[in-house]
Amino acid sequence: MMKKNMKKTISKNVKSNIITFGIAAAAFIFVQILIATGSLSSLMQGLMVPLCTYVILAVSLNLTVGILGELSLGHAGFMCVGAFASAFFSRCVEDTMTNSLVRFILALLIGAVAAAIFGVIIGIPVLRLRGDYLAIVTLAFGEIIKNIVNVMYVGRDSNGFHFSMKDAVSMDMEPDGDIIINGAQGINGIPNDSTFIIGFILVIITLIIVINLVNSRTGRAVMAIRDNRIAAESVGINITKYKMMAFVISAALAGIGGVLYAHNLSTLTALPKNFGYNMSIMILVFVVLGGIGSIRGSMISAVILTLLPELLRGLNDYRMLIYAIVLILMMLFNWSPKAKELRSRFSLKNLFAKNKSAKEAE
Amino acid sequence: MSFISYLINGVSLGSVYAIIALGYTMVYGIAKMLNFAHGDVIMVGGYVVFTTVSTWGMPPIAGLIISVCVCTILGMVIERVAYKPLRNATPLAVLITAIGVSYLLQNIALLIFSASPKSFTSIVTIPALSLAGGQIIVSGETIVTIISCVVIMIALMLFIRKTKAGQAMLAVSEDRGAATLMGVNVNGTIALTFAIGSGLAAIAGVLLCSAYPTLTPYTGAMPGIKAFVAAVFGGIGSIPGAFIGGILLGVIENLAKAYISSQMADAIVFAVLIVVLLVRPTGILGKKMNEKV
Amino acid sequence: MKLKKILSLCLAGAMVLSLAACGSKDSGSSDNASADNGAQASSDAQVFKIGSIGPTTGGAAIYGNAVKSAIEIAVDEVNAAGGINGYQVECNFQDDEHDAEKSVNAYNTLKDWGMQILVGTVTSKPCEAVVEKTSADNMFQITPSATSVNSIQHENAFRMCFSDPNQGTESANYIADNSLATKISVIYDSSDTYSSGIYTQFAATAKERGLEIVTADAFTADSNTDFSVQIQKAKDAGADLLFLPIYYSQAALILQQADKIGYDPVFFGVDGMDGILSVENFDTTLAEGLIFLTPFAATAEDDLTQNFVKAYEAKCGETPNQFAADAYDCVYVLKMAIEKAGVTPDMSVSDICEALKPVMGEISYTGLTGQDISWTAEGEPSKAPIVVKIVNGAYELQ
Repeated sequence: MMKKNMKKTISKNVKSNIITFGIAAAAFIFVQILIATGSLSSLMQGLMVPLCTYVILAVSLNLTVGILGELSLGHAGFMCVGAFASAFFSRCVEDTMTNSLVRFILALLIGAVAAAIFGVIIGIPVLRLRGDYLAIVTLAFGEIIKNIVNVMYVGRDSNGFHFSMKDAVSMDMEPDGDIIINGAQGINGIPNDSTFIIGFILVIITLIIVINLVNSRTGRAVMAIRDNRIAAESVGINITKYKMMAFVISAALAGIGGVLYAHNLSTLTALPKNFGYNMSIMILVFVVLGGIGSIRGSMISAVILTLLPELLRGLNDYRMLIYAIVLILMMLFNWSPKAKELRSRFSLKNLFAKNKSAKEAE
Repeated sequence: MSFISYLINGVSLGSVYAIIALGYTMVYGIAKMLNFAHGDVIMVGGYVVFTTVSTWGMPPIAGLIISVCVCTILGMVIERVAYKPLRNATPLAVLITAIGVSYLLQNIALLIFSASPKSFTSIVTIPALSLAGGQIIVSGETIVTIISCVVIMIALMLFIRKTKAGQAMLAVSEDRGAATLMGVNVNGTIALTFAIGSGLAAIAGVLLCSAYPTLTPYTGAMPGIKAFVAAVFGGIGSIPGAFIGGILLGVIENLAKAYISSQMADAIVFAVLIVVLLVRPTGILGKKMNEKV
Repeated sequence: MKLKKILSLCLAGAMVLSLAACGSKDSGSSDNASADNGAQASSDAQVFKIGSIGPTTGGAAIYGNAVKSAIEIAVDEVNAAGGINGYQVECNFQDDEHDAEKSVNAYNTLKDWGMQILVGTVTSKPCEAVVEKTSADNMFQITPSATSVNSIQHENAFRMCFSDPNQGTESANYIADNSLATKISVIYDSSDTYSSGIYTQFAATAKERGLEIVTADAFTADSNTDFSVQIQKAKDAGADLLFLPIYYSQAALILQQADKIGYDPVFFGVDGMDGILSVENFDTTLAEGLIFLTPFAATAEDDLTQNFVKAYEAKCGETPNQFAADAYDCVYVLKMAIEKAGVTPDMSVSDICEALKPVMGEISYTGLTGQDISWTAEGEPSKAPIVVKIVNGAYELQ
């Protein structure tokens, strides 16, 4: 009996994973065909890398929020670290390293490692806290990272690197100097190395990492902690280790998202809009709307919510208003018990019946 | 001498945070949700007073009363339409809906009032207090804000301790299920909480705009977040905690600006918050959470 | 479990719907594109399509909205007067929320619409991202108000406003030349490209000219309401001039807070200060004596300015600021350049750009924001900033 059940869950997991990858692959192929036939608009072509970025961010945050069960409002901070670390690297070696793929892979590693290091630094204090207090501390860390990046000046001249936290003038650089990170003006002239194919590969890698983690021994330990910390502890699960592991992996993946983000545009600044709590919340919206803990859901809702404001451009002044209303309605539709009841009673009746019969056939 | 000036400026900034934090903490304590739209209700309160007083020429006190009424109704409507259907859903879903409401209010204000800043005429007529031969100046707004903050804080605490509705709030915040069983109208109590919280937001809005007289559709957003931080600082759910948290936050922010680095003031404020929470994981006056097995 | 299933089904449904929506939209826009490319003689190609990008929502919406309205006014006027070279002009303004990524999206949207020339973007940082794209597409670009050096770093891009370093240098020189002050304090926005860009250059020039900067304090976008500490520090340091390279909405607060503590130095601003007198309900006596650099004064009495101010007030109910004026000028500069180069709407985007680029170095334009403006090959306009002082609630040229 037990064995049979187990087999069933495993096969179900595998099936679910195949669907997840299938959706990603189908979307990729669909888009590639559209590009090949030239029927994809410039807007959609331009949106492909951001879509991959947000999918990665949403999936990585889902690891913290859904699997680890801790509310993080500072995910954009890790993205910021990844973006700035990798952009700084790319900008430094732009002249000496001409192979853009090698450069990008190195940048990717640097971004991911930098974000992971910050994940460890932040994780140590943060994971001791609970619930909303944890949320506010992650928010605080995110804001601190953004603030520090905004006052950081790094330049390079014939004497080597110069660093200042005050302003560009106080770096005292030689006239041949090149300011790489210029405080609030950020980094300029980053090579545009992100492409849709790279983005897609990174999405797949992210999915593989997260899905494997979730279905592994580690993942089960993490979820046990989420569901009942004390019970998990009493069966000998090392809480700190597993929590930390999930948190750091989530941070590193956010760093990868940041690398992709940074190399998509030639300019990078840490504005409240792109690396502040607004962005963290935006990613959280993807996760919650897609279903907390559902990797596939995060992926889909990240795509929908990134496309939505662009598709609403025809509405001009009313665009963001409608976006807000749609967001509220989607939340109500997804989460309100009444809407759930309505949905199961009417729209999906047939599908539901089919599902049932399919199950019986199994 | 300049230290005392910085301190007083910090207190006056902090008193604004405190009054916003009171509304935040109250809604959190009872409805157990982070109402991210609170800051935007403040903005609505500011615009209502601006329209009634500056545009229509009504007396400030009438504007204030209208503003409180409008915000109270707005708060109840928001609660009824956006939050109540999600009463039993995960708290995260409500959080996201609150963010949706926040975007909605900002964008409605943007369409009605445009993005151009409006200069708000202070409704405070008390003259500034000049101490130590004019070296230290305490503005009328600061005095009024602190007094109203203390008055509201005491009134709220009395209301919760002494009245039936207040006791019902307490019961709902302790244990919603048990309160229902005891015959407390949970939905009504939460609606009342939102009504009071939003009414307070209107008052906070007027005081915020009197102290810092520029009004845009985004005026409420940042003070809202800061007040949220202040509420957590003091122990979220605790009414005196919100007051203390607000004042401390303002003072720390200003002293950091003055003595450490004006560029890094935000980072320093947040760093202090982190340290406080690591030492006292539920804030300064927060209740210790007992774990249920 | 069941609920989850329903949920995922719903989401999948939503995704299919949205994909379908994209699909239909794509095909729609690609139809347009092919119509443009294939049959260029069709009536659709007989207009100049000018796109523009700027924030119309979010914290920077004031600037985007000003540019949007001014462009619409200018285009309506041009069309009413018979268009450019006999062709009508169509304009399309897209929101970018002051975000580089959104700005590129807006640019791509406009490309799908068939944009031939870009007037934008309004803010500096998004402009730096978009200029890479316009350069790759070889599309002619003129920005009304992106001030950072890099925002026009390619040769297809020009600007109508001053650049950040230009303003920093001019301010320091003006203060030194007129010996306005011996001790200077600066309050700037360290989280803003524009503000910190001007401050950096100002500090460098001030050093050269022997001006003493006694305090330089920053604020950030997250704490831009309370300036009491920065003002107090300046007061304690005995600064007799307060340099404010910031926008007028914050400057209004600084003036009010300085007044409260009885600090009254010379206030000196840059072009972001323009508009302070038109803040609704603002006590203009506070701004008395404020000196700032601006390309445009809404109170100027020449017919051009008066007509523009009237048209803008009729349309928006507000007094135009320098963003609006620069944007209005952009349209007329384009008109002049297009007429001189003999460009027609049936030319390709790249051909238009190639035709307009050399012409920009030859024209001399007089408009709202300056007399006889000419452009360098780098795209910088030759505008001397006008210094104005607020006297009796009105601008007075210095």
